[in-house]
Amino acid sequence: MDFLPILLWSDLLIWLLVLAALVLGGWSARNPLLRAAWRRVGRSRAGMASATVLIVFVVVGLLDSLHYRPRLESRAGQPTAYAVEVLSLLDALLTPLRTRSEKTYSAPLATRAYAKEAIDSRDADGQLRQRRDYPRLKYGGAHLGADEARRDADVGQRLWRGLAIALVVWSAVAAATTAALARAAGASPGEAWRRIWRNECDFAWNAVLATSAALLLLASSIATLAVDYHVFGTDKVGQDVLYQIFKSVRTALVIGLLTTLVTLPLAIVFGVLAGYFRGWVDDLIQYLYTTLSSIPGVLLIAAAVLMMQVLIDTHPQWFATAAERADLRLLALCFVLGLTSWTGLCRLLRGETLKLRELEYIQAAQSFGVADLRIIGRHILPNLMHLVIIALVMDFSSLVLAEAVLSYVGIGVDPTMISFGTMINNARLELAREPMVWWSLAAAFVFLFALVLAANLLADAVRDAFDPRLAGAA
Amino acid sequence: MFAYLVRRLLYALPILVGVNLITFALFFVVNTPDDMARLQLGVKRVTPEAIAKWKAERGYDRPLFVNPAAAGLGVLTETIFFAKSVRMFAGDFGRAEDGRDIAREIRSRLGPSLAIALPTFVLGLLVTVSLALLLTFFRASYLDFWGVVVCVAMMSISGLFYIIGGQYLVSKLWKLVPISGYGGGLEAWKFLILPLAIGVVSGIGSSTRWYRTIFIEEISRDYVRTARAKGLSELNVLFRHVLRNAMIPILTGVVVVIPLLFLGSLLSESFFGIPGLGSYTIDAIKAQDFAVVRAMVFIGSLLYIVGLMLTDVSYTFVDPRIRFH
Repeated sequence: MDFLPILLWSDLLIWLLVLAALVLGGWSARNPLLRAAWRRVGRSRAGMASATVLIVFVVVGLLDSLHYRPRLESRAGQPTAYAVEVLSLLDALLTPLRTRSEKTYSAPLATRAYAKEAIDSRDADGQLRQRRDYPRLKYGGAHLGADEARRDADVGQRLWRGLAIALVVWSAVAAATTAALARAAGASPGEAWRRIWRNECDFAWNAVLATSAALLLLASSIATLAVDYHVFGTDKVGQDVLYQIFKSVRTALVIGLLTTLVTLPLAIVFGVLAGYFRGWVDDLIQYLYTTLSSIPGVLLIAAAVLMMQVLIDTHPQWFATAAERADLRLLALCFVLGLTSWTGLCRLLRGETLKLRELEYIQAAQSFGVADLRIIGRHILPNLMHLVIIALVMDFSSLVLAEAVLSYVGIGVDPTMISFGTMINNARLELAREPMVWWSLAAAFVFLFALVLAANLLADAVRDAFDPRLAGAA
Repeated sequence: MFAYLVRRLLYALPILVGVNLITFALFFVVNTPDDMARLQLGVKRVTPEAIAKWKAERGYDRPLFVNPAAAGLGVLTETIFFAKSVRMFAGDFGRAEDGRDIAREIRSRLGPSLAIALPTFVLGLLVTVSLALLLTFFRASYLDFWGVVVCVAMMSISGLFYIIGGQYLVSKLWKLVPISGYGGGLEAWKFLILPLAIGVVSGIGSSTRWYRTIFIEEISRDYVRTARAKGLSELNVLFRHVLRNAMIPILTGVVVVIPLLFLGSLLSESFFGIPGLGSYTIDAIKAQDFAVVRAMVFIGSLLYIVGLMLTDVSYTFVDPRIRFH
């Protein structure tokens, strides 16, 4: 084999989460109430536009969650050896971005480096001379050769090409969607097309198509430029900022999603038990969450992460590669974030369970002698699902934002792991330079903003659709 | 009222004990003092003598809970648990890595911390509640719609960017106030005004939206219809009826903000170099000064519990129906 597949712990959990999402999706499709709520989400234009953006992020994150170690060159007869470096499928796809590193900073689309350097050159009379100038980049705009003045025209040309590609692809996508809708509704394609844009469908196709047009435009122009330029410049060690952005996506998704693997079980089990059994169980669980929530979150996280660091640092023998250590630290962070953030949802679920258990049909089930666990499973849990789903989507964006702050404080992800937090933290100090190095920070800002904004908008759509109080008002 | 407060205080005690136990478990049971010593002294090539010395200097060389070697009550008091955890209730937090007394350090840093956190909190509350009232007044109009859109956009921006952007624009580009630092007395306003403004602006998004939701919910109630029916102007309805009735959910929400406020001033204090508790905590975390972090966890939860009690008391002021027995 040319490579050795590696399953990091976070990969395993991510794919398990994908599986769980599929199973839950299938289950909620059979539940009429939840199905109706998801339909309402599907009709929301803001919700579907942001879902389209999020899907792109998720695909990038999933591609980055298939890891392997490439095989090293070896002569015949020798045992095959694999590199220590752990790569992902995304790395393989982005090989040019990953490997074409410059020496140090360079501005977006630049052909020359950011700082002057002593360059040797030969005069007309053959004398070796040293002069200080901005050195030519090794890869950025290398295809232009000596003709650097042509850069602006070249960039313009590439943008036109990107626009053309985007138009072609989008037309194909739009045509396919229209044809499929027309077939499903038994109408002519023209009729289906008009229906989409008049917002007469049961699903906000217009928002999906409009958003994908914008995304395709962005993707194809970045792609045509990224082949020969550093679209967002390079950082201190010359790494392409666009590549770092791609890698940050997975870290953000892992923090935002895997944390819920810890919060949900704790919140659901404790909340339902406290609300259903009351008495001393309730007292105990209330005491537990009041105590935990009375420690300011960031301090508890700091204390727990510090201790986790000590644990990891004193047991280097647990980790075969640096990637594994960084990965486990990321998981530990998720674990700590989860342990500190389940109390809010738990309190909510306890209150709702207290209300539910007084309803007639549950009282009836109790007097028929139905086992408690069965009542909880059949009557209580399904009626709490909307709260869980709302909490899930609402938490995501705050967790992603928390990662950036924690990384700044020094209790976030491993410093070697690329994330929005580490990018901001590294770029922060460079603002003081003259001229300013703004591109890393700007790129991290734009993409983090896009991710969180999309998550917030989707969360709003989901909350509006699932919250019975709001559903009545609308 | 007094009896109620005493009872609340008694309730708070087991919670503080719980916090204390959790932090003790985190700091001394998950990792032994030996691990901490090795981390502080550098993992490689550290002699057992150096570890023993490090532990002895900090009083970590005693047993965790029971010391059979000591005489009398010393069996319980000559232990790490008593020295490091129980003594916290008496306000004794021990010494930081640099040898300074933590309790004294905290007292001297309380002033600057409050000087920034308190005005930010009050001003932020005023600004966001006013904005929310404005949006509610113009509800279901373009102003309301775009106001909410701006709020969602503003809450999607990381707090780090507010600080970095504000520092860059105001201090570096326009050169209005110094980038960071702190001065005593009246000169302090120069240093405080930017963190204050940034603190208020960064909270606008989520708070305004939250208060608007409360007001909108309140405005569909029957008493509002009655107030309008008897001919009150919309402004009167908003200020005299909706705002007063929304006070309870707002006050409850404000309590949730108090610990978050702590997080906010953590960041801005360290960015602006203000010698308060927030920057003290961040420096301690970065230097892995366990004693300081432990003390801050204890003080943080103490403040939070006090905040919860104050909220309960504040309910009686805004809603005369609420009485404590």
